[in-house]
Amino acid sequence: MGTAAKLGVTSYTTPSDREVVITRVVDAPRELVWKVWTSPEHIPRWLVGPPGWTMPVCEMDLRPGGKWRYVWRQGDGTEMTLSGLVREVVPPSRLVTTERWGPEWPETLNTMALTEAEGLTTITLTVLYPSKDARDAALQTGMKEGMEAGFARLDALLRSLVEGN
Amino acid sequence: MSSDQLSLIFAALADPTRRAILARLAAGVASVKQLSAPFAMSGPAVSKHLRVLERAGLVARSRERQLRPRRLKPGPLKKVADWAESYRRFWEPSFQRLDAYLHQLKETEKKHGHRS
Repeated sequence: MGTAAKLGVTSYTTPSDREVVITRVVDAPRELVWKVWTSPEHIPRWLVGPPGWTMPVCEMDLRPGGKWRYVWRQGDGTEMTLSGLVREVVPPSRLVTTERWGPEWPETLNTMALTEAEGLTTITLTVLYPSKDARDAALQTGMKEGMEAGFARLDALLRSLVEGN
Repeated sequence: MSSDQLSLIFAALADPTRRAILARLAAGVASVKQLSAPFAMSGPAVSKHLRVLERAGLVARSRERQLRPRRLKPGPLKKVADWAESYRRFWEPSFQRLDAYLHQLKETEKKHGHRS
């Protein structure tokens, strides 16, 4: 918040109780970023999360009301599916979708916005949860899955905060 | 943790001097004077940064001694680390792949002229 995003640095903020905003600047024109972000031909080439994951299924019906579905396969063979509906498509600047991990998860409204300046494109992802409780619950579940090393990661965070800026 | 507390922490972490102070305190307690030394800043300027860090719950002062050395309170920072971690775990490697992929596409376009 307030600080200008830099190339190669991802920023994570919580502008309200229900939102998480992720910002990243990439070195490419907006049209190219749009294409790579929205087309099933390109998405599995980069949206693959941690090392060892692949995206064997990528469906995107890029029009209002269209369905989308991504399936990731992790190193141990377990799969994870994310799906939803397309709400709004404004090439090459704005994509609004709903997103759900499964029936027991809250549905989020995701807005992806692209702005271009001097050849660089800023990607702003806003994830809106239905309630603060839903957001906190989702974050805590994500944490349980991701967190064991605790303080080792704290050290890594401190290092990245100092070195990355 | 409330959103307000998260906001205070993010605001505190937004400043490079304050991050450097936290990194120094991660290595052990330090007095205001010790903290001022590497930054070419006056004691009052460092104290101001420390107040922001204290408000965010990231730094505490020990009361038992006259120098009142400051120490890191890692709890809230760990919460932010946990919080960001769930997103970072997924997005950081994806964005790195995106950077490389965009670079590759731009090179291809340069070689072959513009593709549809």
